Amino acid sequence: MSQTWIILGATSTIARSFARLVSDRGDSVLLAGRDMVDMQATATDCAARGAPLAETIAFDARDAASFAKILKRTSDIEGTLSVAVFVGSMPTQDALDADPSLILGTVTDNFTGPAEFLTMIAPLLEARGSGTIVGVGSVAGDRGRIGNYVYGAAKAGFHTYLSGLRNRLGRKGVHVMTVKPGTVDTAMTWGMDKLPFLAQPEKIASDILRGADRQKDTLYTPFIWWPVMTVIRLIPERIFKKLQI
Amino acid sequence: MTWKTTDYSGWGRVHTANGPLARPERAAALAALVEKTPAPAVGMRRSYGDACLNDGGRMIDMTRMDRVLDFDPETGELHIEAGAQIGQMLKIFAPKGWLPPVMPGTGFATVGGAIAMDVHGKNHHGAGSFGMHVTEITLMTPKGPKVLTSQKNASLFKATIGGLGQTGPIVSARLQMLRAKGDVMIVTERRVEAWDEFLALLDASEATYTVGWIDATAHGDQLGRGILEEAETGAGLIPPAKRGKRIPIDAPAIALSPSVVRTFNAAYWRRVPDKGRTVVKPIDNFFFPLDKIHDWNRLYGKTGFHQFQCVVPIEAADALRSMLERIAGSGLASPLAVLKRMGPGRAGHMSFPMEGYTLAVDFPNRHAAQRLIGELETATVQAGGRVYLAKDALAGPETVRGMYPEFSAWLKAVKSVDPDGHYITDLVRRLELRTI
Repeated sequence: MSQTWIILGATSTIARSFARLVSDRGDSVLLAGRDMVDMQATATDCAARGAPLAETIAFDARDAASFAKILKRTSDIEGTLSVAVFVGSMPTQDALDADPSLILGTVTDNFTGPAEFLTMIAPLLEARGSGTIVGVGSVAGDRGRIGNYVYGAAKAGFHTYLSGLRNRLGRKGVHVMTVKPGTVDTAMTWGMDKLPFLAQPEKIASDILRGADRQKDTLYTPFIWWPVMTVIRLIPERIFKKLQI
Repeated sequence: MTWKTTDYSGWGRVHTANGPLARPERAAALAALVEKTPAPAVGMRRSYGDACLNDGGRMIDMTRMDRVLDFDPETGELHIEAGAQIGQMLKIFAPKGWLPPVMPGTGFATVGGAIAMDVHGKNHHGAGSFGMHVTEITLMTPKGPKVLTSQKNASLFKATIGGLGQTGPIVSARLQMLRAKGDVMIVTERRVEAWDEFLALLDASEATYTVGWIDATAHGDQLGRGILEEAETGAGLIPPAKRGKRIPIDAPAIALSPSVVRTFNAAYWRRVPDKGRTVVKPIDNFFFPLDKIHDWNRLYGKTGFHQFQCVVPIEAADALRSMLERIAGSGLASPLAVLKRMGPGRAGHMSFPMEGYTLAVDFPNRHAAQRLIGELETATVQAGGRVYLAKDALAGPETVRGMYPEFSAWLKAVKSVDPDGHYITDLVRRLELRTI
C-alpha cells in the first residue's frame, strides 16, 4: 500500500536525507517548512528519486494557522499517512541568558508547536488505524546540562509528550517513535568545536527509517548514545550538579 | 556558525591548506556568502594536487547542495545542483535508463568539479568531455545568480568549463544525460603483450567505453603490457556492488615498495586468461573500481602521492613510449597506471583533452618521483602534449602556460568577472595563472 510522509521542518539537514530515503523506496512526501524555494529543490529531488508525489506546503511552528492548511491538504491523500517531525531551533545558552524572551520561541519550535500539530492530526491517523509518527528530540533532553538546558528542557517536554501520544495511539494501530540523535554534522553544528561522536545526517536518517520499520519506541542514534546517556542519566544529581559535560 | 577553520588537503595529500570553510545548504545561504565574502568553491576535493586548496584564504564547500532540480524522463535533460556527485547521479538515473554523459574515474567527483576540470571518461573518444554535454551553467556572483549558455555568453561559458573555478562558484548546471540500456556493463578484457599491440588495439577499438590498464613496472620486451577493457551498457540482473570498505590507517612505506608492486602487477595481468574473456559487472564497479575502497589514498602513507597524467598527439606516440620506458626503469610506479586513446572533444579554453594518447601513473611522494615527474613534464612539452591540472601538484608556470594555447582568452574572460582575484586557489597561485 502506498505511504505518504508529512515531513515537518523539511529544510533541516536530517529531514532532507530522510525525504530522499523514503523517496528512493517509492513513498510520497509532503514537505512542510518555511523556506519554500529550498523545499521546492528537495521536492524535485524526491520526485526524480521515485516519490510518486512530492509537494511543498508552508509550515511554521510558531503559526498555528499554518497547521490547519496542512491538515486540509492531507485529508484526501489515500493510503498510509505518516508524520516525521524534524522541527527545532537551538539558540546558544548564552543568547538565551542574555535575552530570556527567546525562551518562548525555543519551546514553541521544539515542543509546543509540533505537539499542537500532532494533537490536531492524531484523530486522522487514529481513524485510519495505520501510520507512523516519528518525533525527533535530542539526547540533550535526557538531562539538564549547564551549556544547553533551555533547548534540553524543550526537547524533554517533547519526549514526554511523544511518550503519552504513543500510549494513546499505539492501541489504535498508529506507531509513535521518539528519536534521540546525538551531535549531527549539519548547518546548525558547523564550526562548533570538538563535538563527540559527530554523525552524518545520512546515517541518522537511515537509522530513523529502519527504526520506524521495526516499530521501535525510542531510538538513540548513532547507537553509542544509548550507553552514553544511560550512564549520564544514572549519575546522582548531587554529583551531576558539579559536572561540566 | 558560518565559517569553520580547518586543515584540509587534496586527494594526493601532498599539499595541505588551512583556512575557514563555509558549507551552505541552501541557495539563499550561498548567495549571502558570495555577496559578503566571495571565495572559491570546492567539491569533494578529488583533485590530486592543489586545485582544491586555498591556504590562508576562504573556501566554500558545495557538497551539501546536491539536489536534482529538474529532470525530463522523455529527453534526459537534467538540471542539478553543483555539489551532486556523479556516482549518485548514476545510482538515481541508471535504473531509469539514463547515464551521466561522461564519468571520471571516481564517482565521488561533483558536477561543479567535473565542469571546472572539464573531466573525461572511458568514452572520451566518442562522447568527448563532460563540458560538451552541459547546456547551461548558473554561477553565483556577488550580485546574485547568473545563468550562462554557450550561445549567449560564449566566452564566459568557455572560461568556466575547465576554468579551475576562476569564474566563481557554480550553483547548478543543465546537462544532457545519455540513454543506456540498463545498469550493468558487459566488459571484454584482453591481455596485451606489449606497447605496439596496445596502441593498435586502442586505435582499432569500436567499443563505447575503452580503457587500458598498463603495467608500469614491466620493461624490455614486456614494456607496455597490460589489460584492455572494452565495455557496453546492457540490461540484466546481477547483484549490486558490495558496500565500500575503508582504509583505517596510513599504510607504511613497504606497502607499495617496488617488489610488492612488481609482484602485484604480474598477478593482476595474469588474472585475465590468455585468450581474454567477457564478464558482466555492476555499472559502478566498472566506472569507479577504486571507490569500493574508501580513502585508498591512505595506502600511500602520510607523505601522500602524485599522479602524473599527460596527453600527447597521436604522432608523438613514440615520445610517450620513451616516457613509459623511463617510468618502468625508475621502479617508482604504483600499480595504478592507465593508458587511453582520447578524441578531440573539449569544451573550455583550459580543457585538458586533445586528440592523442593519455597516460596516467601514480607515484609515492618521494624525491626521486618528484624528479622523474619533472622530466616527464619536459618530455610532454617537447611532444606537444599537456599535463592535467586536476592531477598536477608539481609543475611550474612556464611549463603549463605553453601547453594551453587558449590561455589568454581564458584569462581575459576570468578578469572580466573576477578582477580582484577572489577565486584564486593554490594551484592558480603556484602556476601564476592570474598574475600577468
